[in-house]
Amino acid sequence: MSSDEKDKGTGPLAGVAGFGVTFATMFRKANTEQYPEEKNPTALRFHGRHQLNRHPDGLEKCIGCELCAWACPADAIYVEGADNTEEERFSPGERYGKVYQINYLRCILCGLCIEACPTRALTMTNEYELADTSRQALIYTKDQLLAGLTDGMVPAPHPMQPGTNEKDYYKGQVTRASDEQLAEYEQRAADEGEPEAVR
Amino acid sequence: MGLEEKLPSGFMLSTVEGLAGYMRKGSLWPATFGLACCAIEMMATGAGRYDLARFGMEVFRASPRQADLMIVAGRVSQKMAPVLRQIYDQMPNPKWVIAMGVCASSGGMFNNYAIVQGVDHVVPVDIYLPGCPPRPEMLMDAIIKLHAEIQAMPLGVDREKAARAAEQAALKALPTIEMKGLLA
Repeated sequence: MSSDEKDKGTGPLAGVAGFGVTFATMFRKANTEQYPEEKNPTALRFHGRHQLNRHPDGLEKCIGCELCAWACPADAIYVEGADNTEEERFSPGERYGKVYQINYLRCILCGLCIEACPTRALTMTNEYELADTSRQALIYTKDQLLAGLTDGMVPAPHPMQPGTNEKDYYKGQVTRASDEQLAEYEQRAADEGEPEAVR
Repeated sequence: MGLEEKLPSGFMLSTVEGLAGYMRKGSLWPATFGLACCAIEMMATGAGRYDLARFGMEVFRASPRQADLMIVAGRVSQKMAPVLRQIYDQMPNPKWVIAMGVCASSGGMFNNYAIVQGVDHVVPVDIYLPGCPPRPEMLMDAIIKLHAEIQAMPLGVDREKAARAAEQAALKALPTIEMKGLLA
């Protein structure tokens, strides 16, 4: 008997040897992902839906410079900037993004806008369930993209913290809304009759 | 289509609607219509790891006459558009279309003369799915959203009513060229 005949490739069982693979597979664990029931987290740096971030006191980081729109290879981003005033301030510094729209039917989620953003206002989340039934619903506006308020934030517009300028914001010296800002917000909410308290 | 179209409106019809929707959403058969890179993700979705068989739709039919869902996966060139329409016309009713990926949905980053700026210029689209290309989970999410649409699909008298309402809405809609200011 030569060594070739001991090989599974020849011999009387050669015709059915393949079924062994099928049989053995029955005892192996299935690697199917049960998607809608069990959602596996994406890679941390997965490029999902965008998010417009806020400073720790709730002012918006977007300064309306349109660099993201210029960087976008698909022309998916539309930005309109406007001037901050003393009465109505949305971001530290001169200007803020008044209109911010991302068309997710153009956006290829490449992340060039994130690289272009000078204030790190625009970042990407890991959210990917974006499908919708109309074209219009997939143009996300600023209120859909803006990050929610976390602890210590009050919603814009409100003044900068007393005794600070925009440089302090970028240096990270503003860590949460000051008592003045909170009081001012509560005053404003009371004037407008909004019962929601944000803290 | 058949007997269900002749049923009177009311309790009977709503029950049949629910049943028909349940049956239809559980047995979608997609037509093979891969045009570009999105098709790779579509194939991955059909394969073992994501396994479209869990939704009763693992067989991608090679013939449009056996299919009722067209997943347009990839950019549609001007030259491909009539082919796409013919495949759609050959599919038996009821039929649905998913525009998979940004190119199929709106032209995506290919805003040029060679690419159709969204397959909804050629066929009616039920679900738009962004992403370049969308990961398999995104496609499954779109399919699940389409299932919800199919489940709620009206039949018979209700269907005619819905079609008439849609037509009225379309007639009243402002033409894109007359839209001013910001969208959405």
